Amino acid sequence: MGKMIYLDNAATTRTAPEVVDAMLPFFSEFYGNASTVYEFGGKSKEAISKAREIIARAIGAKENEIYFTAGGSESDNWALKATAEACKGKGNHIITSKIEHHAVLHTCQWLEQHGFEVTYLDVDEFGTVKLEELKKAIRPTTILISIMFANNEIGTIEPIEEIGKIAKEHGILFHTDAVQAFGQVPIDVDRMGIDMMSASGHKLNGPKGIGFLYIRKGVKIRSFIHGGAQERKRRAGTENVPGIVGLGKATELAIANMEERTARERELRDRLISRMLKEVPFTRVNGHRENRLPNNANFCFQFVEGESLLIMLDMKGICGSSGSACTSGSLDPSHVLLAIGLPHEIAHGSLRLTLGADTTEQDIDDTVDAVKEIVAQLREMSPLYEDYMKKA
Amino acid sequence: MYSEKVMDHFKNPRNMGEIENASGVGTVGNAKCGDIMRIFLDIDDDGIIKDVKFKTFGCGAAVATSSMATELVKGKNIQEALQVTNKAVMEALDGLPPVKVHCSLLAEEAIHAALWDYAEKKGIRIEGLEKPKNDISEEEEEEDY
Repeated sequence: MGKMIYLDNAATTRTAPEVVDAMLPFFSEFYGNASTVYEFGGKSKEAISKAREIIARAIGAKENEIYFTAGGSESDNWALKATAEACKGKGNHIITSKIEHHAVLHTCQWLEQHGFEVTYLDVDEFGTVKLEELKKAIRPTTILISIMFANNEIGTIEPIEEIGKIAKEHGILFHTDAVQAFGQVPIDVDRMGIDMMSASGHKLNGPKGIGFLYIRKGVKIRSFIHGGAQERKRRAGTENVPGIVGLGKATELAIANMEERTARERELRDRLISRMLKEVPFTRVNGHRENRLPNNANFCFQFVEGESLLIMLDMKGICGSSGSACTSGSLDPSHVLLAIGLPHEIAHGSLRLTLGADTTEQDIDDTVDAVKEIVAQLREMSPLYEDYMKKA
Repeated sequence: MYSEKVMDHFKNPRNMGEIENASGVGTVGNAKCGDIMRIFLDIDDDGIIKDVKFKTFGCGAAVATSSMATELVKGKNIQEALQVTNKAVMEALDGLPPVKVHCSLLAEEAIHAALWDYAEKKGIRIEGLEKPKNDISEEEEEEDY
């Protein structure tokens, strides 16, 4: 196999060498526990503060509003379950969308089994939450609105600022899962009216197993992981110092080069989309054309099944992902593709390609060429294509 | 995730294509769940399967089981072809991941559907063959409930 073309940066990213360099001393050299009194432990404490400061600044928050967690899923679980618990005196109703990540959806389903009521908002054909429906869904008992900043599959960016405004007008807490958006698009928690926000390190060239939850000061949310007094007594457990340092460094880099990097990614992404639409027949692009993450492209190739496509791309050294049933472990294709109104058989033929800082124009061109060839090959094999061509 | 045999049959599918004026054609599966298999049979006057082709919309396992199933029935007589079970297909492929077992069932069904079509066209009854239930239109009707 030749060179690998990695176009699955929404799944995870390569940890940047600068990030690894920043982390390394905190394994064997400065391994002290940050909660100790001696100076050696102070090194760790200092490093944690520095990372917290970088992250707070990146989203316009205060340092004491950033809580480190083990990643996006923990942050989502914490935000939802602990808010539900803390606000159950006020009400038992939560509003979310049908296209959330499973870390939110499955947590909501769990909450439904524990006495809470959840409204799952529909989205339009581009995957945008309908604000009018959101307003209509609000009840006197609504305690939380949780809408993702940007969708992980189709890349659509939600109208976060408007949602924040609506939540504020009704005195409802607003949580957003920003795992895909953090480091990709500018975020300002005050301007956007965000009360809680989940993010993860490994989506922005940081390490895996580290993330954070932003909790606005004054939001009453209880501890989720009980134990020691770490993270202002809200998240117990000895701090993952190398992870936190890595997340801090990755954030610093992502914010510093955001404009330049995303402009480049956007240009390559648009090249990918326009070539694909032009050169591969029966292809559609999923997600919003403008309001979308700069590195996300998501296609459906009619008459073709996604897993077969992925395996054949892998044989050519290209890494992508699909929302087909076979990749989800169930018989249903992606809930996101169904929510934007795609029929099952179309949704099975989806391909998500997500660019990274290292992606080159050559990678894009090679990928389009490969997809073109593979899709034609799979269509030759497809009884759906045969039926279609005979009817046409 | 897949055995070498599965990968081999996926990468180099045997008997992929169609047979014009086939003696029997069977299509099973459902686009909704992501797998559709179509088997074409060319059966001679002695009841021997002279040629077999397939077309499949589906995952790697679906393609590989179609390919293997065609290999297992080629040159066989009808009764022998009926003995090609999903288990036989799976064994010949050195196994499938548990979530993909339904693909091998589909392969067995597809052969039965093609044989059923052959029997109907010929106006004969094949011993031991029941009307295949995994028909696309039937499946869709069921899904409506």
